[in-house]
Amino acid sequence: MPLTQADISAEISQAREAYLKAVAAGDPVRDHPARDYAPYRSSVLRHPKQPLVSVGDPEAVELSGPVFGVTDVTALDHDLTRQHVGEPHGERITVTGRVLDRAGRPVRGQLVEIWQANASGRYAHQRDDHAAPLDPNFTGVGRCLTNDDGEYQFVTIKPGAYPWRNHVNAWRPAHIHFSLFGTAFTQRLVTQMYFPGDPLLPYDPIVQSVTDDAARQRLVATYDHGLSRPEWSLGYRWDIVLDGPAATWIEEGR
Amino acid sequence: MSLSPTPSQTVGPFYGYALPFPDGENVAPAGHPEMITVHGVVHDGAGAPVPDALLEFWQPGVDGSRRGVAGSLRRDPVTGGFLGRNGLDFTGFGRVATDADGHYTLRTLPPVGVGYLSVTVFARGLMRQLHTRAYLREQTDIAADPLLSSLAPGRQATLLTTREQDKIHRFDIRLQEDGVHEETVFLEFP
Ligand SMILES: [Fe+3]
Repeated sequence: MPLTQADISAEISQAREAYLKAVAAGDPVRDHPARDYAPYRSSVLRHPKQPLVSVGDPEAVELSGPVFGVTDVTALDHDLTRQHVGEPHGERITVTGRVLDRAGRPVRGQLVEIWQANASGRYAHQRDDHAAPLDPNFTGVGRCLTNDDGEYQFVTIKPGAYPWRNHVNAWRPAHIHFSLFGTAFTQRLVTQMYFPGDPLLPYDPIVQSVTDDAARQRLVATYDHGLSRPEWSLGYRWDIVLDGPAATWIEEGR
Repeated sequence: MSLSPTPSQTVGPFYGYALPFPDGENVAPAGHPEMITVHGVVHDGAGAPVPDALLEFWQPGVDGSRRGVAGSLRRDPVTGGFLGRNGLDFTGFGRVATDADGHYTLRTLPPVGVGYLSVTVFARGLMRQLHTRAYLREQTDIAADPLLSSLAPGRQATLLTTREQDKIHRFDIRLQEDGVHEETVFLEFP
């Protein structure tokens, strides 16, 4: 029998309730999704079963990380609406925010990469066979470096929802994929930004893999009318906090 | 102050036109006489190759420094395309997606000051990246390394490359034990 949304939704609420019970019994709050989150079926064969091995070595190479500079981005990379001859279809938006470490310090001069579907919910990827139109004026890839305040900014269009094959009638809520670097390789973060009020959020096992309600809320951007530009674009704000070993929070930021 | 971190989410299946870049796997300056090749296959818990994994590598500079050098994904401001690395600087950062056979190839220089390359694994189905290390067997003193020496021999072997030929090293990654092979040791940094 094919899996239905009802089957997946039942698994989602079971996982959330089990988590809440564990926290009530004294388990730590879990900010990140468990790697073995069965409602997202692709995780089943792709998570380690052994516990992670802890490396406490203060000389570990992973406590430093790669650096990026002005040669790694071009001036237009942050504007996904200007990478082609014409304008893309869709609702023009700006997405901005600060990248901070857990000590609240700005993460400066680091690379932020994004990718997303077009306004119809189609990726410019050969393996995306969703029956929605490609947009010749939209690729959906952007990059920028954070400034001295840790700020990033992108101009893009609001991506559409799209179907996927986790279960029957599975639809991903609109989202923008983000990839971020901190000052340590251990701070590396790949995540997804969602839009406030999206009716698909409760149904999506990828969003719901974050079983902590407050943590999951941190994946949703805020609509900020002050960022909207008259007769041009709507503004969203999304701040990002990079996790990382305690050792990196107490070092001098760069 | 301690802020709560932004949760991780899977890289998904469609990063392929966004994250990989030309020369991502060519960390060593072209033609460098000490260049080594590290290659292998990423497997899942059924033993099947993972054709949509993204691997990243990080290692110290040629002087052993940990500061890194920019220029891994040098862009062309004229065309908006990629220029590739400048052929001189060693940035220490590599990124390569597995191919349809789950295979990757990295060309780099032997790490200086340590025996290992730091590796992160991203993939569809993987909610958060995994960290591991590829220790070059011939430049690793197993007994002196606190991580390797703490592991049972079978698990220890998952972190060690196998020398195939001079300067060619094999390093497979197993996201989950498959009933036959050990699962790769994955790391956390408290
Ligand atoms: Fe997506």
